[in-house]
Amino acid sequence: MIRITLGAVSKPLESLKIKTGDWGAEYPVIDEEKCIGCGECEIFCPDLCIELVERPESKKEESKKAKKVAKINYNYCKGCGICEVVCPAEAIKMELKEIYKGELK
Amino acid sequence: MKAFGSGHGACPGCGLPIAVKNVLESVAPCFVVNSTGCLEIISSQYGKSAWGVPYIHSLFENAAAVAAGIEVALKALGRTDEGPIVVFAGDGATADIGIGMLSGMFDRRHNVLYVCLDNEAYQNTGNQQSGLTPTGCYTTTTPSGKMLPGKLGPKKDMVAIALAHKVPYVATASVAFPRDIRRKAKRALDFDGPKYLQIHSPCVTGWGIEGRQAIPIARLAVETGLYPILEYEYGKLVRVRKIKQRKPVEEYLKLQKRYRHLLKHPRGYEIMEELQRIADENAMKFGLDV
Repeated sequence: MIRITLGAVSKPLESLKIKTGDWGAEYPVIDEEKCIGCGECEIFCPDLCIELVERPESKKEESKKAKKVAKINYNYCKGCGICEVVCPAEAIKMELKEIYKGELK
Repeated sequence: MKAFGSGHGACPGCGLPIAVKNVLESVAPCFVVNSTGCLEIISSQYGKSAWGVPYIHSLFENAAAVAAGIEVALKALGRTDEGPIVVFAGDGATADIGIGMLSGMFDRRHNVLYVCLDNEAYQNTGNQQSGLTPTGCYTTTTPSGKMLPGKLGPKKDMVAIALAHKVPYVATASVAFPRDIRRKAKRALDFDGPKYLQIHSPCVTGWGIEGRQAIPIARLAVETGLYPILEYEYGKLVRVRKIKQRKPVEEYLKLQKRYRHLLKHPRGYEIMEELQRIADENAMKFGLDV
């Protein structure tokens, strides 16, 4: 009888402890006013870090367009910019991270 | 639990996770078999597994055989209701190294969904030519220079090879159309027996593109007619993605570093004409034009 001990078995979704959010130089910013909650960015995101959430109650009346809004988990976003390209409402803009701004010394 | 999680090691802008997560969206819970390749490296390092479904990687060539074994074992144990078996293999593992095992799996009619993630070269080891590399493409084993204008032979027609095995469901898809991937993966499970799905997926480093360009470039491959999106059921072509205004192939080629030698190589024009001829032929054969 072969016994497999836990030392040799990988557990599911252990990758979640790897925070890939610091890989990229840029990060996406969502303009919640423009977001139409279509989910196009969610379906394309290669790092699975965008999800559609309910719009906060207070802001629901301001924008009558959509009940949902995209939310980015910056812990895992690698800043590839695919969401910016595929967004039909142009609600996502890539911005340079603060630490990369300014001149090289 | 998610079937595929964040924190994997793919390059920013890689097409593979987009294909994988959308296939799994339709078929999970399932058993995943993976061949050696980029997907294995990025998602299954020890202690960093990105999978939330049962996953096995054995060797480069035998993903189809392992999947066949799992299918038979589940049948013998009476556990057929626990989900389908899905193989994720790269283009090299499908068209070159594992084609024997794949042919055997098709031949024995195992109930397995085989997904070929086609990034058109061995990108895991740094862009070497595979059977699915298209004509004129620069790779490290077919460098452009005095002797060669990139790869000389044609792209292997894996769809025709699958059809020749009388596989009941054969389809191609592209990461530029993820909803299409979801529908096709779901549709494939309606068929009993082997299923073949080939997904075109851009590689940021191998193709020499920027991460953000990955989706527009994958879309251009479809819109030029170089990568027709097809769906065969029982050997009959049932659906194609029509193209409203077919674009010249040059538009697709000039965006990628792997094709940039074509613009100045003495035989580059010849290759470009050949690629245009392939695109025209695809459009004629499958009726891509509206």
